[in-house]
Amino acid sequence: MTKKEITKEVVCEPPRTRLQSIPIMNCPGCHYGIIIRMICEVIEELGIEDRTIGLGGGGCTGFWTMYFDLDMYGGVHGPGLAIATAIKRVHPDSIVFAAQGDGEMGAIGLGYFMAATLRGEKITTIFLNNACFGTTGGQMAPTTLLGMRTTTTTQGRDPKITGFPFHGAELAASMKGTAYSARMSVHTPANRQKAKKALKTAFEKQIAGVGFSIVEFLSACPVNWHLGPKECLDFIENQMIAEYPLGEFKNVDYIEHLSDG
Amino acid sequence: MAGKVIIDGNEAVGRGALLAGCKHFFGYPITPQNEIAEFFSRELPKIGGVYLQSEGETAAGFMLFGGTLAGARCMTATSSPGFSLMQEAISHMAVTEVPAVIVDVMRLGPGAGTTQQGQTDYRQATKGGGHGAYRSIVLAPYSVQEILDFTQWAFYLAEKYRILVIILTDFILGRMSELVDPKPLNFDHLPEKDWALVGKGKKGGKSKQILSGLMAPGGIPGYFSHQIEKYNRIAETETKYETCLTDDAELLLVAYGSSARSSQDAVDMAREKGIKVGLLRPITLWPFPQKAVKELGARIGNILVVEDSPGELVEDVQASAGDSARVSLLNILARHNPGPQGLIFPERILKEVKSLL
Repeated sequence: MTKKEITKEVVCEPPRTRLQSIPIMNCPGCHYGIIIRMICEVIEELGIEDRTIGLGGGGCTGFWTMYFDLDMYGGVHGPGLAIATAIKRVHPDSIVFAAQGDGEMGAIGLGYFMAATLRGEKITTIFLNNACFGTTGGQMAPTTLLGMRTTTTTQGRDPKITGFPFHGAELAASMKGTAYSARMSVHTPANRQKAKKALKTAFEKQIAGVGFSIVEFLSACPVNWHLGPKECLDFIENQMIAEYPLGEFKNVDYIEHLSDG
Repeated sequence: MAGKVIIDGNEAVGRGALLAGCKHFFGYPITPQNEIAEFFSRELPKIGGVYLQSEGETAAGFMLFGGTLAGARCMTATSSPGFSLMQEAISHMAVTEVPAVIVDVMRLGPGAGTTQQGQTDYRQATKGGGHGAYRSIVLAPYSVQEILDFTQWAFYLAEKYRILVIILTDFILGRMSELVDPKPLNFDHLPEKDWALVGKGKKGGKSKQILSGLMAPGGIPGYFSHQIEKYNRIAETETKYETCLTDDAELLLVAYGSSARSSQDAVDMAREKGIKVGLLRPITLWPFPQKAVKELGARIGNILVVEDSPGELVEDVQASAGDSARVSLLNILARHNPGPQGLIFPERILKEVKSLL
């Protein structure tokens, strides 16, 4: 048997805005790594890394703070969009994004989210929808599907007790101050291409000073869904998208009385 | 008289902040601090600043946090129920060591309480209302001039130590008008805000990551030893109080803020009658002037605490004086009227003084 010689060749460098000193600490099969890379690529392609200030939330996005070679803050659960508002108001020339989880958009942070859209804050929100509270161990979230079992809905989510799933992207689209709202997924290569385009558009709306922009990402949480990574992809395709349709819900280039220029 | 103006205590906050270079205010209406927010909404747009009315005090607290995190001089003002709502943000400010300034124009009582006079938030302001064993500097002005001056001083202290500074006034101080000299104060040089999130392009491409957890070098002992060292340094350097006629005093009044004004009058009335009374007025409620209370208490032996509260300041006075002095309390039950307009008048304080001598 002859040994086959292995040659190593770099085919793709990590994004330069991805801090290499810290490995991604998410669970195997989590989609956050894909989304983090996507954010880095979009920021670099738009040439805004020098003036971007990013926020993680509480829970798993709290660690996002350490992944980016950008000015970053994270670790507080809920008021991310109030903090982002102030940073943007203090530095109007900066580009501000906030990564927010299910509770931060639909529960503890719902008020901050609605108020930021009401004011048409020129910030970009990255909403990670994984249908549960991940960091705390898989409790029900506002986004949990009906009938879905979690550690606090062990018989499945019953709308008589806990109401209905939270549709952040549609809600944002209904607000006058929103320039762009989309829901995307990264569970297939084709969807990743669409999601990156949507994320880029969301940042472009902020750069142009149009209004509030948001991309909701459906994202797998294998540990708390009790599914393998591949089964998670099927769950997104067959269950999540049925409740949370993908697509753009709002895309405007000018909002009267609000947009720059 | 030249340049002097007659303004109320709430407007003095605004004027002091503008003199200190504060250009951003985040807040939510609440009585009795509304004149502060109205002042900023009127004045900040003229200088290219931002007045932003938030969706509540929790948001105002976090907006103040965000603006300060981004390196700007900004502030908020509120009153007791709103200050309670800001405790979460305050705790995050403490762990990230952002130099924020908050004015709490106290009103009376727990819950909605009343919208009027009271000093029932001493413990909340000085012991921290949020979680995590942090400290905030608490300044207690007792005149409109001091409100104007202390607002400027607050920004200096906040940035010198990277700590939250609370200016604790109340209904009376906020709504009473006095002649003041609106002069800018000069302070020492302050350190560069190299920690602030401004976008790495403004810092030679060097990015900064700030976490709202105990991420200091050295782990948990590293974080807390840094905090302990900082709080000790502040206590040694910044403790401030004022004394009046204590040299020959046979009884020492201890009071802060509006109660110190009544107490000052009581001292004057007592002295006219030849009664030897002095006053110690803590100006920093934290750090508390423990040493001064202890020394004067030991020498005079007889202390009367006057506060418009069931008794909060008295706990710090007792802890400082120890066994060296008898500590009595004239509290909210000594008000002249059972309604929300009730006050502890100087005459009532004088009566108490006579009964103790």
